[in-house]
Amino acid sequence: MRLDSLYQEIILDHYRNPHGRGLREPYDAEAHHVNPTCGDEVTLRVRLDGDVVVDVSYEGMGCSISQASTSVMHDLVVGRTVAQASTLQEEFLHLMHSRGEGEPDEDVLEDAVAFAGVSKYPARVKCALLGWMAWKDATAQAVAGGAG
Amino acid sequence: MAPSTAGYDVDAIRADFPILHRTVRDGQRLVYLDSGATSQKPRQVLDAEREFYERHNAAVHRGAHQLAEEATDAYESARARIAAFIGAADDEVVFTKNTTEAINLVAYAMSNATTAGPEAARFRVGAGDEIVVTEMEHHANLVPWQQLCQRTGATLRWFGVTEDGRLDLSHADELLTGRTTLLAVTQQSNVLGTINPVAELAARAHAVGALVLVDAAQSVPHLPVDVTALGADFLAFSGHKMLGPSGVGVLWSRRELLATMPPFLTGGSMIETVRMDASTFAAPPQRFEAGVPMTAQAVGLAAAVDYLTGLGMERVFAHERALTGYALERLGAIPGVRIIGPRDTVDRGGAVSFLVDGIHAHDVGQVLDDSGVAVRVGHHCAWPLHRRYGAEASARASFYLYNDLTDVDALVAGIERARTFFGVA
Repeated sequence: MRLDSLYQEIILDHYRNPHGRGLREPYDAEAHHVNPTCGDEVTLRVRLDGDVVVDVSYEGMGCSISQASTSVMHDLVVGRTVAQASTLQEEFLHLMHSRGEGEPDEDVLEDAVAFAGVSKYPARVKCALLGWMAWKDATAQAVAGGAG
Repeated sequence: MAPSTAGYDVDAIRADFPILHRTVRDGQRLVYLDSGATSQKPRQVLDAEREFYERHNAAVHRGAHQLAEEATDAYESARARIAAFIGAADDEVVFTKNTTEAINLVAYAMSNATTAGPEAARFRVGAGDEIVVTEMEHHANLVPWQQLCQRTGATLRWFGVTEDGRLDLSHADELLTGRTTLLAVTQQSNVLGTINPVAELAARAHAVGALVLVDAAQSVPHLPVDVTALGADFLAFSGHKMLGPSGVGVLWSRRELLATMPPFLTGGSMIETVRMDASTFAAPPQRFEAGVPMTAQAVGLAAAVDYLTGLGMERVFAHERALTGYALERLGAIPGVRIIGPRDTVDRGGAVSFLVDGIHAHDVGQVLDDSGVAVRVGHHCAWPLHRRYGAEASARASFYLYNDLTDVDALVAGIERARTFFGVA
C-alpha cells in the first residue's frame, strides 16, 4: 500500500524508459548537480530558441525517483517558454514541500502529479528535485548568457 | 534462534532499550540495522544523564560550590572509566564532540605546530612531508588530512584496497618512508567491515619515525580495544556509536605527545595564566578542552562504558560475529546481491554493505524501511571507496549487541520484497 503510493506506475515507467535521456548538441548552458548525501548526479543541458525551451538533454545516475523525475520534467518543459516552465518548476517545488498534504493540479503538472507521494518522505524530496534544480540552474545561465 | 555465544541473553539486553519496543511504518516491529551510523541507548545511559541534570548539574572546573564539586567529580570519574575501558591513563583522554572533531583537533594542532615553539617540532608538517591515509577511510579521516596538506604544502598519499575489501599492503614500503609525518588509518571500515592490522601498521610507521592516528569510531564500540597493545599515537572515537549520548567523543593520545602538542580550540578552561597580550596553557587534557564541556554527555558515555563492560566486549564481538556470519551467508544466497567487503568473518566486523542488481540502493532502502527495517543508504561518507568498487551508492546493514538472527531474517525478507517489487526477482 505505502510503497504503491510512493512508487506509482508512472514513476516506474519513466524510470525504466526515460524520456529525452542523453546529452545533445547544440546547447546554451549545462549544469552538473549532485546530491551529496547519496552521490546521485545529473548533468543537464538546456537549449533555448528565443524564450522557448527547445531541448533538455541529460545524463545521470541515481535512484528511481531522481531518474523518473528528470524524465517527467523533460516532457513538461520542452516546448514551453522559460516563464511557463519556471512556473511549473515552482509548482513542483511547492508540491514536494507539501509533506503529503498537497493537492496537485493534473492539468498543470501532468505526469509529475505522480510524485505527490514522494513529499511524505523528506529524505527522497531531494531526489525528486535533483533534475529540476539542474534545469533551473542551466536555464538561468542560458538566459543570462543571452542565448537564442 | 539463540545466538551462538553462551549466556548472552539478547532478549534481556533488548529489554534495556526502550526505542526497540516502538513500532514504525504503521505498526511494524522496528528492525534497527543502522548502528554503524548511531547506536540506540539503554535506559541505564538515559538515567545517568537525567540523574546528572536532576541532582548534580553545574559547570565543571570552575566555581567552589557543592554542585560544582559534584559535577566536576562526575565528569572526571567519567573520564577515568572511559580511559580504563581502552586501557589508557586518565590524563590521556581528551573529551571532544565526536570522532570528527578529535581528528580535526590533531590536524589543526599539526598546523599550529608550524608557528609554535621548538617543543612542538614533532608535529610540524610542510613541503616534502607526507601524510598517508587509506582508500577505505571515512571522510572524517580523509578530508581533514587533505586540508592539512593544502594548508602546509605536504603531500597526501594513500594505501589502496583489494578486490575482496582488504587494505593493499603490497606497497607499504613505498608509502611509509622517512618523509611520512603521520599515518591515519581506520581500525574497522564503516563500509566494508574490514578490521585492519593496525598494530602491524603502527609498528611499520613508527619504524620510519611517523606518528599514527587510528579512527576507532567503528572499533571501540564493537571489539575489545587496548591502546597499549595497538601501539598507536592517537585514537579517536564517538560516544553515540557505543550506546552513549551524541555530542561526546574521545581523543586518546600518549601523555608525552599531549604534553607538547599545540592546542586547537582556545579560550576558557584551557588556560594557565592570561594577560592582555599573551597566555599560557593548562596541562593536558584540559589544554584541549576549551569552554564548558559536554558534562552530562560524558557521564552518559561512562554509563555506556559500564554497560559494555558488564556484558564484556569479547562477548559483544562474538555475538556480532555470529550475526555477521549469518548475514553474509543469507545475503550471499540471494541472486543479484553483491557484498562490498570481505565475504567471511575473518578480521571483520558487523557492517555489511551490499548492492542489489537492477535496484538503486535508495530504492532498496525505501522498501526495507517500508518493512520496518532501518538501514543506511548512500556512500556512507566513504565516496572514494564506493568509486573504487564502481558503486555510486550501497545499502548497509550494521549490527550491534541488541540485534538477533530474526533481524537478519527481516533484512533478507525485505531485500526479496524489493526484488519482487522492482521486477528483478
